[in-house]
Amino acid sequence: MSDLVWLIPVFPLIGFLINGLIGRRFSEKAIGWIGTASVGASFAVALLIFLELIGMAPASRSVQKVVYTWMLSGDMNVPIGFLVDPLSIVMMMVVSGVGCIIHAYSIGYMHGEYGFRRYFSYLNLFVFNMLLLVSANNFLLMFVGWEGVGLCSYLLIGYYYEKQSASDAGKKAFVVNRVGDFGFLLGMFLIFMTFGTFNYTDVFGAAPDKLTQGSLMATLITLLLFVGATGKSAQIPLFTWLPDAMEGPTPVSALIHAATMVTAGVYMVARCSVLFALAPISLTVVAVIGGATAFFAATIGITQFDIKRVLAYSTISQLGYMFMACGVGAFASGIFHLMTHAFFKALLFMAAGSVMHAMSGELDMRKMGDLRKKLPYTHWTYLFGTLAIAGIFPFAGFFSKDEILYYSFTRNLGFWIVGAVAAVMTSFYMFRSVFMTFYGKSRVDHETAHHLHESPPIMTVPLMILAILSLVGGLVGIPIFEGANRFGDFIAPVFKPAKDIIEHGAHHGGHHSLTAELTLMGVSLAIAIVGLLFARRMYISDPAAPDRFIRKFPGLYSLVYHKYWIDELYDKLFVNSIVEFSRFLWKAFDDAVIDGIVNGAATVVRAWGSALRWIQTGLVKDYALSFLVGVLAVIGYLVLR
Amino acid sequence: MVTLQHYLFLSAALFTLGVMGVMFRRNLIVILMSLELMLNAVNLTFIALARYMESVEGQIIVLFVMVVAAAEVAVGLAIAVTIFRQKGSIDVDEVDLMRW
Repeated sequence: MSDLVWLIPVFPLIGFLINGLIGRRFSEKAIGWIGTASVGASFAVALLIFLELIGMAPASRSVQKVVYTWMLSGDMNVPIGFLVDPLSIVMMMVVSGVGCIIHAYSIGYMHGEYGFRRYFSYLNLFVFNMLLLVSANNFLLMFVGWEGVGLCSYLLIGYYYEKQSASDAGKKAFVVNRVGDFGFLLGMFLIFMTFGTFNYTDVFGAAPDKLTQGSLMATLITLLLFVGATGKSAQIPLFTWLPDAMEGPTPVSALIHAATMVTAGVYMVARCSVLFALAPISLTVVAVIGGATAFFAATIGITQFDIKRVLAYSTISQLGYMFMACGVGAFASGIFHLMTHAFFKALLFMAAGSVMHAMSGELDMRKMGDLRKKLPYTHWTYLFGTLAIAGIFPFAGFFSKDEILYYSFTRNLGFWIVGAVAAVMTSFYMFRSVFMTFYGKSRVDHETAHHLHESPPIMTVPLMILAILSLVGGLVGIPIFEGANRFGDFIAPVFKPAKDIIEHGAHHGGHHSLTAELTLMGVSLAIAIVGLLFARRMYISDPAAPDRFIRKFPGLYSLVYHKYWIDELYDKLFVNSIVEFSRFLWKAFDDAVIDGIVNGAATVVRAWGSALRWIQTGLVKDYALSFLVGVLAVIGYLVLR
Repeated sequence: MVTLQHYLFLSAALFTLGVMGVMFRRNLIVILMSLELMLNAVNLTFIALARYMESVEGQIIVLFVMVVAAAEVAVGLAIAVTIFRQKGSIDVDEVDLMRW
C-alpha cells in the first residue's frame, strides 16, 4: 500500500487539471465536488497507508518509494521519490483531511462567487503542493512543494484581485516568503556541499558522522533552514504577511493557517531534527524566536477588533509554541500541537467565515454581539474551537499545549513563563472574541440584523466535524499514563536520533516526574480559566472596563493596537529603501547610462550626418568637379609615384 | 612635319576645354556641346594612335563612340527640353532637387 504513496499528491493535481483545464462547462456543484473528492481520495489513501504502517514493527516504519529519476548530473541524483514514515503520514493525513473539509465548506461559502472554478483549481493546486512538500524524500522535491505553496498562497490571497488591498496582501505574502526561501535555498546548498545528496535518509544518517555537535557548519545550515521556516511559518521577523493574508476568501485563510503553508516550516524543522540537534545554538535560537513570537503575537491579538485578524495573530502565536517545542527538543509535541491546531484553527476560521457570511461581510467585532441565538451552530462550533485553543480540559489544545509547556519547563523555566503568559493571553483574547461576537448586547445595525441567518448545512457540517475533532483530537496524545500517549509513541521513532544526540550532550535532567507533570497540567488549566474569567469580566460583566483600561495606558494600547508599528518600520527600513534605491538606479543608471548610450549613438550619427550633408549640393557639376579632382589625384599619383 | 605629339597635344587641349566647359558653364546646351568636344578629343587621340600604330581597331572604336555620342545627345537634348518645360530655363544651377 505504501507503494501507492505517490497517489496522495497526484489526486489533487488531477483535480486541479480537470477543473483548471476543462472545467469551463461544469456546474458549480460539479467543480466543487471534483475538488473535494480529489482531496478526499488523497485522505483515503493516506489513511490506508497509515493503517498499514501501524501494523508494521515500529522500527521499520519508514518506506521510500522512488517513482522517477528527475535529475541526474554527475554525483547528483535527484529522484521524484516519496518517504512514508510516521511524521510524513501524520502530516499527509492532517493536510488532506483538514483540506478536504475546507474544500467541502468552500462549496457553500463560495457559492455564486465570481471565479468559482479558479478558486477550486487553486485550492487543489495548493493542497497538491503541500502534500508534495510533506511526502517528498529529498530536500529538492520538498522545495518544489515549498515554492508551490508560496505561489498558491499568492494566488489565493490575491483572489479578489480587483481589490487593491487584496492584491497588495498577495504580493506581500509572496515577497516576504521569498526572503525566507532564500535562506532555505542557501541551507540546501550547504547540505549538498556537506553531504553530496539531498536524500533525507542519507543526509540524516550521515549527519552525526560528518558534523560534530555544535560545529559551525551544522549551526549555519540549521539557522539558514530556520530562516526559511520563519518565512513560511510567519515567525519573527517575517510574520507580517500572515495577518494581511486574510484578504483572501475565509476558507483560504483556514487552509493557509491550518493545513497548508504555515505548518510547512514546523514540519521542515521537525524533519531536520537531527541537524538541529547537532546545533544547540540553533535550537536555542528556534526556541527563543518561537517563544518571543508566541508572546508578541498574543499581545497584538488582544487589541484587534477584526475577528479574522485576532485569529491570524493567534495562529502566529500558536506557531510560536510549535517552534518553541522544537527548540527545546520536543519535536513530537510540536507536531502534536500542529495537528490539534490544524483542527481548531481551521474550525475557528471557518466559523468566523460563517459569521461573516451571516453578517453580510462584516468582520468588526464591535459591530457584532449576541449572535448566539441567530447562529446556534456557528456559535457552538466556534466555542469548541476557542475552548480547544485556550487549552481547557479535555479539548485538544489542552493536551498539546500542556505537553509543550511541560517540556519547556524541564528545559528552562524562562520558556515556561513566556509560554504560560502567552497562554493566559491566548485564552483571554479568544474568549474576548467569543464574548464580543456571540454574547453581550447586540451591536448589529438594523439592515444587517435583518439578514442574519445561519449558514447552510454544507458549511455547518464541516464545522461540526472539526468541532468533534477539536474535542477528541487531543485524546490520542494523553501524557502521564504509560501507553496512553499513542501519538507520541507512534511518531517517536522519527525523532529518536535527534533525541539521542540531545540527551547525549545534556546532563540527564528531566526524568518524568508524575507530580510535576500533574501540577503543571493543573497550572495550565488554571491559566486558561483565568484568561476566560478575565475576558468575561471585561466584556460581559463590565463592558466599560476595556475603555477604562485604554484610558489608563493610552501609549501602551496604541503601541500594541498598531502592532508595534512593525509594518511601518519594515516599510521605512526595507520597502522604502529598496524603492529609493530602485528610483536611484532608474534615474542614475537607466536614464543616464543606458539611455545615454543609446541616445549618444544616435547623436553621434546625427552630428556626422549634419556635417557631411553640406557636400550633397544636388548640383551635378559639383559632383563632376569632385569626380574630376579624384581622377586628377589618381592620375597624379600614378604619374608621380 | 606634323607628328603624333601634335595630335596628342591638340586632343588634350580640346579635352581640357571640354572639361572646363562642363564644369563652368551653366547652359545645359553648352554643357552638352562641351561633352561632345571631350568625346571628339578622345576620338582624335584614337585616330592618331591608330594611324601611328598602323592598326584599324582605334578607328572602329571611334565609330562606336560616334554612335554613343549621337545617342547621348538625343537623350541630353530630351532632358534639356523637359527641364525647360519644368523650369522655364535650362540653367543647371537651378536643377538641385537632390540637394539636402
